[in-house]
Amino acid sequence: MSGHSTYEPKTGFERWLDQRLPLIRFAQDTMVGFPTPKNLNYWWTFGGILAMMLVFQIVTGIILAMHYVAHVDYAFASVERIMRDVNYGWLIRYMHANGASMFFIAVYIHIFRNIYYGSFKAPREVLWLLGCVIYLLMMATAFMGYVLPWGQMSFHGAVVITNLLGALPVVGDAITTWLWGGFAVDNPTLNRFFSLHYLLPFMIAGVVALHIWALHVPGNNNPLGVNVKSKEDTVPFHPYYTVKDGFAMGVFLLLFAYFVFYNPNILGHADNYIPANPLVTPAHIVPEWYFLPFYAILRAVPNKLGGVLAMFGAIGCMFVLPWLDTSKVRSMRFRPTARLYFLIFVLACLVLGLCGAKLPDDPVIPGLTSFTLVDSDLNSYVWLSRIAALYYFAYFLVITPILGLTETPLPVPESISAPVLSHPATSPAGAVASPEKRG
Amino acid sequence: MLRKGFALAALGLALIAGPAAAATTHEEAKDVHWSFEGPFGKFDKAQLQRGYKVYREVCSACHAMNLMYFRNLGQPGGPFYDEKYPNPNDNPYVKSLAKDIQVSDIDSETGDAIKRPATSADRFPSPFPNEAAARASNGGALPPDLSVIAKAREAGPAYVYSLLSGFEEAPAGLAVPPGKHYNPYFPGDLSSFWTGKGPAPKGGFISMPPQLAPNKVTFDDGTPSTVQQQAKDVAAFLAWAAEPKMEQRKAFGFGAMIYLLILTGLLYVSYRRVWRNVAH
Repeated sequence: MSGHSTYEPKTGFERWLDQRLPLIRFAQDTMVGFPTPKNLNYWWTFGGILAMMLVFQIVTGIILAMHYVAHVDYAFASVERIMRDVNYGWLIRYMHANGASMFFIAVYIHIFRNIYYGSFKAPREVLWLLGCVIYLLMMATAFMGYVLPWGQMSFHGAVVITNLLGALPVVGDAITTWLWGGFAVDNPTLNRFFSLHYLLPFMIAGVVALHIWALHVPGNNNPLGVNVKSKEDTVPFHPYYTVKDGFAMGVFLLLFAYFVFYNPNILGHADNYIPANPLVTPAHIVPEWYFLPFYAILRAVPNKLGGVLAMFGAIGCMFVLPWLDTSKVRSMRFRPTARLYFLIFVLACLVLGLCGAKLPDDPVIPGLTSFTLVDSDLNSYVWLSRIAALYYFAYFLVITPILGLTETPLPVPESISAPVLSHPATSPAGAVASPEKRG
Repeated sequence: MLRKGFALAALGLALIAGPAAAATTHEEAKDVHWSFEGPFGKFDKAQLQRGYKVYREVCSACHAMNLMYFRNLGQPGGPFYDEKYPNPNDNPYVKSLAKDIQVSDIDSETGDAIKRPATSADRFPSPFPNEAAARASNGGALPPDLSVIAKAREAGPAYVYSLLSGFEEAPAGLAVPPGKHYNPYFPGDLSSFWTGKGPAPKGGFISMPPQLAPNKVTFDDGTPSTVQQQAKDVAAFLAWAAEPKMEQRKAFGFGAMIYLLILTGLLYVSYRRVWRNVAH
């Protein structure tokens, strides 16, 4: 923990327990007294939101597992039975399905915030790496969860993604067969996916605990990216950030509730309400929206193995980011050039997502035929995804390392309290509050 | 091996996204107003009752609804819900509707296969004993189960309505294969059947012939029985069947939204109050 413990046992029992298992001290130091920079903005609330979503997913998932039947002949009907005959089953299932999407919305904002404010830099590399591991586990969990309803997209998505491993030289076929538990995606595959889908969230929870531990050793980064210098720079986590995170969670829950109650199927795909049929391939196999950027990178490479390597490489780049970034300045508030490249990076990710949802050969500008380059018309989504994918990799491998050496950052403030604050205190510290005026 | 080859073919299709898939076209579903749209929309009970009649008298000859039980018709939000019968199995209207339908069973005394009148606890019976029989009776095509069809197609009930009311004469220059029917709302690729001028028409060939006709179904409430009305009513019925808890969901959602708004408002006020004396 950063700083020494501020916990003082007050009762006899607390003193007794503190000498044996300092559980209350741990909770107090972690969630109550933890000194937190006082200038964290709303982008910092997504950590708490993610923790909340993980709890939602685990709780709703455990209830769903009580009613779900992991068998190719019954899975689809059992999911619909949950929607129709289980008390509030529609609520539990729609919360779980849309919760996955909300989880990814939050995690993407969390990751982008991290890159923008340079939170991954020393001394928080391990914190960042653990976050990357959580993200990987989330992707595996979400992918296997999407297979469980055993609709058309479930099945054919599973076929496409598991077949990717077959592209690996020599061991590819053996790995795919081992993963399937047979020679095609079938009942053994569904069973093991269900088993792993139940296991992985608890692994995520474990890594989240490490993630929070690794956060509490160096403490939070902050929008200025400067280190905490004195007690003046921080406030205790409770009540300052419990209430701010709580408010952000409320806003996030309103968005979540909109999807669950008023548009529960908009983020899914209609084809997944058709029971899986190995003999009928949907015209257009697309993954869930949160995988679309990686799907676009996969398809951007004309070679199957190359595509698979590019897709995994795109995630691999994230892992090594702390060692690719040469800039000593954390926050992009003081790196105007980096900020520009970062905004283009966000745009490239969104464009990749768009390309992943489109057919590669469809024209970006309808009606315009330009000229064929390599294998398709230049005016096509596959070429757009190639340009965006190129930028994606260039951002990590070229721009980030070079920019840190060449750019001239703006002057960085001495401390968090030093610069002119955006929200000065509305009454002098220590003044008597006038509750009738504010809040 | 065949399945593996098939899986690889699927992958190949996904990777290169075959031009055949890119050429699939259909008309946009018609713009329909539904009573169940919007955050407060509810199903029109009379429409659901008419829609059930269309399903029962027309569609059910070929299309199963395996997820539906007769009791569903009498549950809250259903077409024949009656407050006097909170347990839909007791609803006399549902019971009498079920009784008109024969379902297969096993005689518990002799073990013989028998037919008996359905009860409200019975599933809607399938029109065909198995898939092969269904295909044999329909020129090789399989009539899809309609339980969740309104969720399983883009545009949902509007698509069902457009398809059922959208059959038209094939334009000159379009060679319609025997046993197929042109429908502009059915996704397909007509380019190889097209010899007319300009691009091939949107739409596809469907194995189902036009099913609805004026006055084919007599509506007990006196609603004029046009093709449009029948199509719209059965589409509404199928929307309810696909999402029978929709009204409950929206009502619950309204309460949840109010609760969350108040909670979020209180949290915001608390936030401002807690942070009042901190420059940040």
